[in-house]
Amino acid sequence: MTSDTRLSDSIIIDIENITKDYVMGEEIVHALRGVSLQIHSNEYLAIMGPSGSGKSTLMNMLGCLDTPSSGRYEFNGRDVSSMTDDELASIRNREIGFVFQTFNLLPRADSLRNVELPLIYAGMDPETRRERAAHVLREVGLDDRLHHKPNELSGGQRQRVAIARALVNDPSIILADEPTGNLDSKTGDEIMTLFENLYQRGHTIILVTHEADIANHARRTVRLRDGLIESDDGGFGGIDNLPVEDPLPANATVY
Amino acid sequence: MKRFLYELSESWKIAVAQMRSNKTRSTLTALGVVIGIVAVTLMGTAIGGIQVGFDKSMAIFGDDVLYVSQWPWKRVDDWWNYRDRKKIKTEYAEPINRIIAATPNSNLVIAVPTSSLLRSVKNGQSEVSNVLIRGTVSDYLITSTFDFKEGRFFNDVESRGGANVCVIGYDVADALFPSESPIEKSVLINGQPFRVVGVISRQGTFLGLFSLDSIVVMPLPAFQKYFSAKSDSDVLVKVKDKTRLAEARDELTGVMRRVRGLPPEKKDDFSINEQQALKSTLDPIKNSIAIAGLFITGLSLFVGAIGIMNITFVSVKERTREIGTRKALGARRRTILLQFLIESASLCLLGGFIGLGVAYVMCTGIGQAFPSFPIQFSLGLVLVSMAVSILTGLFSGFAPAWSASRLDPVAALRYE
Ligand SMILES: Nc1ncnc2c1ncn2[C@@H]1O[C@H](COP(=O)(O)OP(=O)(O)OP(=O)(O)O)[C@@H](O)[C@H]1O
Ligand SMILES: [Mg+2]
Repeated sequence: MTSDTRLSDSIIIDIENITKDYVMGEEIVHALRGVSLQIHSNEYLAIMGPSGSGKSTLMNMLGCLDTPSSGRYEFNGRDVSSMTDDELASIRNREIGFVFQTFNLLPRADSLRNVELPLIYAGMDPETRRERAAHVLREVGLDDRLHHKPNELSGGQRQRVAIARALVNDPSIILADEPTGNLDSKTGDEIMTLFENLYQRGHTIILVTHEADIANHARRTVRLRDGLIESDDGGFGGIDNLPVEDPLPANATVY
Repeated sequence: MKRFLYELSESWKIAVAQMRSNKTRSTLTALGVVIGIVAVTLMGTAIGGIQVGFDKSMAIFGDDVLYVSQWPWKRVDDWWNYRDRKKIKTEYAEPINRIIAATPNSNLVIAVPTSSLLRSVKNGQSEVSNVLIRGTVSDYLITSTFDFKEGRFFNDVESRGGANVCVIGYDVADALFPSESPIEKSVLINGQPFRVVGVISRQGTFLGLFSLDSIVVMPLPAFQKYFSAKSDSDVLVKVKDKTRLAEARDELTGVMRRVRGLPPEKKDDFSINEQQALKSTLDPIKNSIAIAGLFITGLSLFVGAIGIMNITFVSVKERTREIGTRKALGARRRTILLQFLIESASLCLLGGFIGLGVAYVMCTGIGQAFPSFPIQFSLGLVLVSMAVSILTGLFSGFAPAWSASRLDPVAALRYE
């Protein structure tokens, strides 16, 4: 995927009437009750809503970690519900970058190896992947932390490693579930600046947050309540908010 | 393929890191495998030793000698058909040899009579009891495999004349003449003096049960003069071509029927035995000892394997979130499966290496303490032990690794 296609108005995610039910003994929890959403490339979208409204469930669904109980999901024009486990793993590996609230770094691996992990699963040779991981770590401002283990890094640095890991496979979309939830506000702001930069360079970002000022960074906000979309301010593609024909520097998305 | 190799090396790195960061736990778990491998390896060594000893013992009988005996050397189910059999007489040797000589192209060389019983042998105050006293002829040498430590076998003249001479085994010589040569000295058997003319070199034990060196061989006439009662007699027949043993057997059966004057309708009332028959009787016993031994020691390895399985389950539980993260990053089921299989296999392999080292040291120790026990620590055994420990690892790692690979990514990520 090149920056050109990313900037074009193509639909990456297209879901229609997605539901997700959890069976808890006698009771059935309707985490999602029929959500329809289209997300175009180079959108910056925030999903908000009260606790338990289904934000994480929706994110897992979008990230192909989970499958809907009913409804249609097309990712880059491909029907996700008909995919095998291995195909889903491959989509997650190549097309989606996850950033977690709790960072989820491998504790015994240094930054470089953590970032290399998706490339290992993609079958890239050691030299190239090392180079690429180092490059992305430099992009997020961790040139001097390549060989630090997670417990030798601050929270903000850990989240940067996690973001580098999400970026390293050059995914179609970055999914971040409360990426600043475990960080103080100053560090959170730094992370948001990083996301802003990525967005400016043409990345597609979806993030879940509770906080309005975090959501304000995004160009489009979708609010969930009780498993339904309550509001969606951006309409399709949030075109109004798109930086018009923002010309990319030639060296911007080398990875 | 390349991707598989990368995943393999990645799994290996994780496994090593995992063992390093959980040193105590890994050591304790591997200890179970160490014990199992030591037990299995030592048992394998012992079985190898038994095998060598067995072959050595069997060689005593010679693979080109037929034994004409009263009973067969193998177990029979219809023993009542055998109970009325007449004893084999040493006198048969003479007519057998006559027939052999008269048969053109006979596959038989010579028949040698032997007669044996157990007695004590004395020299002054020293005494050895339960010595096998054997009377035979000078041609006995042809059918036997032993060498002489010193002296010679009795000659034809002594043999026919029934001179009071004898050849003694290594143990007898050692016990009765610890500091001097027994040659030309006398030993007392049943109060009769016999002049020692030769000492047989060391033969070892038969199946580790009794010494083959506790023996005295003397001319048959002398034997019969003093020990005729209650002795067991066989006729040994040397075969010309041991690759045609079956024909030799048939020929000897015919000869014996003539000697005994059996009419055609009567069954044989004697047995022709050979080393092979004894082997095939003892082989199943030997094999069941081996199987029982390996089974019992295999149990200890199994216990070790359960330890590995348990720890791998714990490891999967502890790292559930990590598994979820890996899946989110694109790890496939078989990647996760491989990772945990390699972890348990390398833990087992570590245990196997240590176990093999311990077993080697123990074998060397045993070999030095008991030089007579043939220790068989072979490269084959090393390879088998390594293979067994890897297989143990794969076997015990499979269930936990499978459950890890099947984890639902979302549930794994939510796991507290
Ligand atoms: N594995 C599960 N089993 C049963 N119910 C579940 C499961 N996962 C989520 N739910 C339910 O689905 C609903 C939506 O959960 P979800 O985690 O998506 O909420 P959320 O919007 O992310 O909340 P928060 O802001 O607290 O993270 C909740 O009511 C929750 O209890
Ligand atoms: Mg949530």
